[in-house]
Amino acid sequence: MSVEAREARQPWLLLSPALTAVVLLLFVPLAFIVVYSFWLRTATGADQAGFHLDNWNEALTDPFYRDILLNTLKIAGITTVVCALMGYPAAYFIARSKGNKVILLLLLMLPFWISYIIRTMSWINILGVSGAFNSVLLSLGIISEPVQMLYNETTVILGLVHFLLPFMVLNVYVSLEGIDETLEDAACSLGATRWKSFLEVTLPLSLPGLAAGGLLCFVLGAGTYITPLVLGGPTDAMFANLVFEAIITQLDWPLGSALSLMLLAVLGALVLIYNHYLGMAQLMKGLG
Amino acid sequence: MGWNLVRAWTILVYIFMFLPVAVVVLLSFNASQFGSFPMTGFSFRWFVELAQNEAILRAFRTSLVLGSLTAVVSTALGVLASLALVRYNVPGRNVISTLLIAPILVPEVVLAVALLLFLNFLSINKSFFLLLLGHVIFTLPFVILVVQARLVGIRRDVEEAAMSLGASPVQTFFQITLPLLAPAVFAGMLFAFTISFDDITGTLFWKPGGVETVPTQIFAMLRNSISPEINALGTVMIVLTVGLPLLGLAIARRMAAARGG
Repeated sequence: MSVEAREARQPWLLLSPALTAVVLLLFVPLAFIVVYSFWLRTATGADQAGFHLDNWNEALTDPFYRDILLNTLKIAGITTVVCALMGYPAAYFIARSKGNKVILLLLLMLPFWISYIIRTMSWINILGVSGAFNSVLLSLGIISEPVQMLYNETTVILGLVHFLLPFMVLNVYVSLEGIDETLEDAACSLGATRWKSFLEVTLPLSLPGLAAGGLLCFVLGAGTYITPLVLGGPTDAMFANLVFEAIITQLDWPLGSALSLMLLAVLGALVLIYNHYLGMAQLMKGLG
Repeated sequence: MGWNLVRAWTILVYIFMFLPVAVVVLLSFNASQFGSFPMTGFSFRWFVELAQNEAILRAFRTSLVLGSLTAVVSTALGVLASLALVRYNVPGRNVISTLLIAPILVPEVVLAVALLLFLNFLSINKSFFLLLLGHVIFTLPFVILVVQARLVGIRRDVEEAAMSLGASPVQTFFQITLPLLAPAVFAGMLFAFTISFDDITGTLFWKPGGVETVPTQIFAMLRNSISPEINALGTVMIVLTVGLPLLGLAIARRMAAARGG
């Protein structure tokens, strides 16, 4: 083999293990559940292969699934907006602060490393019947009986915001860091107020980071089932809970396949729209 | 005025992020029978009980083994792929990058279902092996992103110099490239380990009955009521998952400094 041919082959040799893994463990399985979603689980528990539309018919027309899907999108949407409102000013502060930026960022990265399940359950200590909040209110005499503040939609959103906020701050921070600070000064020297120069210069330039953070918050939020199980009540199931129920509890795997694909279609469409307008590069910057 | 408002807001955001975690740590030292307020005294008893809880120790061992194996496999795959992407002019580079990142673009629940059902179809049942495959595919994109970012900084001329002085490509890789890569490899492994150690979303789908990792063990314990033991376990996890990366960062710095870089 010539030297050139060997040079050209080398990257493929290096790439092949990872590419094989992704194809065999992600793409082929995804193709498989597309086929599987047209099979039927019979009463005996065996799968009946074939081309049956029953699962899709149930998943797409049953108002039960539609309502939970809409509710999931609503919860993810509120979570994303709250993350943006809380996270943007914080990211702006870190990006523009003089000096101890490294410490501020490191502090921000810490929650990333703290276990998701620990962070989620930690709210039980705060808001539970015998949690910190109740014990403060009781000792101040504001309430005479402990109040159950947990296990509703608000606490699900609270848990999600707590989980996803660092993603938002990090992405906004990365895009703010890329903006030349003197641009704002220039706008000011041309007569704009601080606020106006922020609104017309900095904010528009940082929108790609805001969008990347928003996408991550929305997609990760809409795909969770642990948070509703830990912090939600019986009626706060999200769409991923339905998938979990179908696969693990009811063992109706063909129906579970159809529900998974529905979730993938909705969230995948968002990723594609994002990719079309902004490209993946911004997202990778925030993750890497 | 505006700046002070932003500062105050940021402080509130940090309090929001850290208060619940701080309360977990605080309550883990609670002497009281229940995992809640009011605190009745300072005690290590829950850590002692933790150390004697066979189920939790087993979960810890499972998580450690799973995380370590995931880190080794995922980093091996990830470093090779990153080398190809950074060092060579691969045709279709963007498409390949997107393919390799795909496992984090797909919601984890969907990835979990697809992998479980497909491998089951191939008669590979819920097992430790399935858990490992799942954790590898889920951590691979993170490893590739981290390693690629570090690789860009390593200059190619050092390797070329070695080769021009007569080293074979294999010699060059082991004596020049690999030592230079060490911080990237280390960062990749640490990242993969931490993500694997923390994962619950996919793990609940893939784990066989009777096998628990630390997060699924905590999740199972939450079903009863929140006991001080969970808070103690949480404190141990926080110390581990925060301490390890910080330690790793320090070691990586030292390694970089020792090289004179």
